[in-house]
Amino acid sequence: MITEPEQLDARGLLCPMPVIRVQNRVEEMKSGERLRAICTDPGALNDIPAWCRINGHKVVSSEERQGEYVVVVEVGEA
Amino acid sequence: MSEVKKALALISGGLDSMLAVRVVQQQGIHVEGVNFFTGFCVEGHTHAIRKKDRARPKRNNALWVAEQLGIKLHIVDIVEEYKDVLLNPRYGYGQNLNPCLDCKIFMVGKAREWIEQKGFDFIVTGEVVGQRPMSQRKDTMPVVAKHSGADDLLLRPLCARNLPPTLPEREGWIDRGKLYDFSGRNRKPQMALAASFGIDDYAQPAGGCCFLTDAQYSAKLADLWQARGSRDYGMDDIMLLKVGRHIRPRPHFKLIVAREEGEGNFLQGYKRQFASLTTVSHGGPLTLIDGDTSDDDLKLAAGIVARYSQGRQADEVELLHTDARGRERSVKVKPLSPIEVKQEWHA
Ligand code: SF4
Repeated sequence: MITEPEQLDARGLLCPMPVIRVQNRVEEMKSGERLRAICTDPGALNDIPAWCRINGHKVVSSEERQGEYVVVVEVGEA
Repeated sequence: MSEVKKALALISGGLDSMLAVRVVQQQGIHVEGVNFFTGFCVEGHTHAIRKKDRARPKRNNALWVAEQLGIKLHIVDIVEEYKDVLLNPRYGYGQNLNPCLDCKIFMVGKAREWIEQKGFDFIVTGEVVGQRPMSQRKDTMPVVAKHSGADDLLLRPLCARNLPPTLPEREGWIDRGKLYDFSGRNRKPQMALAASFGIDDYAQPAGGCCFLTDAQYSAKLADLWQARGSRDYGMDDIMLLKVGRHIRPRPHFKLIVAREEGEGNFLQGYKRQFASLTTVSHGGPLTLIDGDTSDDDLKLAAGIVARYSQGRQADEVELLHTDARGRERSVKVKPLSPIEVKQEWHA
């Protein structure tokens, strides 16, 4: 069962702060849980997926919505 | 079989830390990376602000390097703690406001705490003896090891053979014979090593890893401290010093003039914290005013902004002054000529 993702408001933050916030939240979450990060720095669309790839997490979706960038991350195995 | 030893590497995003990691990986060590964000890092920020930079594919070099190396990367926000490093450096500053030696001590010290918490065995950096005038000298490298508390847990694979053996070498986790003896500013050995690893794409750090090594940036920071009468700063200050033309025509106020559209958009976000000037009769840059202005000051400020507007040749330019509370008033001025905007006003 997939539960509703947790929300992370990273609007107004410039890279690498959004990815740091995602990292710190993911550290407290369990494998399989999801986090939806909302950002305004377009760099987040590169940085968050790159961070996920190297740290073993999955990007479920990433999209631009009216000047905001929304990335949903699924926490991988520890 | 003995258990795999684990090392934490300081990753700046440049070539040296990349090579250092490869060297220890080849000896069967499990490596993870750490990247410290001080706020002054050259990474990111300005790319997101300046429009002309947006077209370039932007990547975070530390993340990119980690991906090439196949290692995990932990990015640590040290913005708050770093203030004490920058404001009160025990070993002073380098050529500009870069407290490199204290900075290195601080970062290696943080890495030392981290490995203790996570059960890692030692620390790796890409430092090379004699490469940097301040933090990477033969006499200062032991200072970093000692004052960070890392002591002989700090391995610098690229120049280890010029330094006393560290614990990982003495314990036989690492074969000292397969480490390097690079020294000095010559980059050729690094490039040859990179080529031997098949690494051909890497960031070329010019001078240093942060804005504090930049003369202009340091001058603006020093100007800000002087004008405030106190040496303090926040994240907004760090950001605003990276953006726009900074002009201080009077000691008690300065102007931050957007140089292009991306900067203008970025400065828009600060209109609730600062008074601003926008041109009405002609196209022109958004300008923030940092400090209190009298009517005369405002006229002067408007004349400067008009000089950077499309009405610079006009007899009169109309501007709108908006204070931080949103109250507006119109100002009409004759644009200053280029020589009237004095060179020494530019922070
Ligand atoms: S250049 Fe900046 S980040 Fe690098 S060691 Fe010096 S002060 Fe620290």
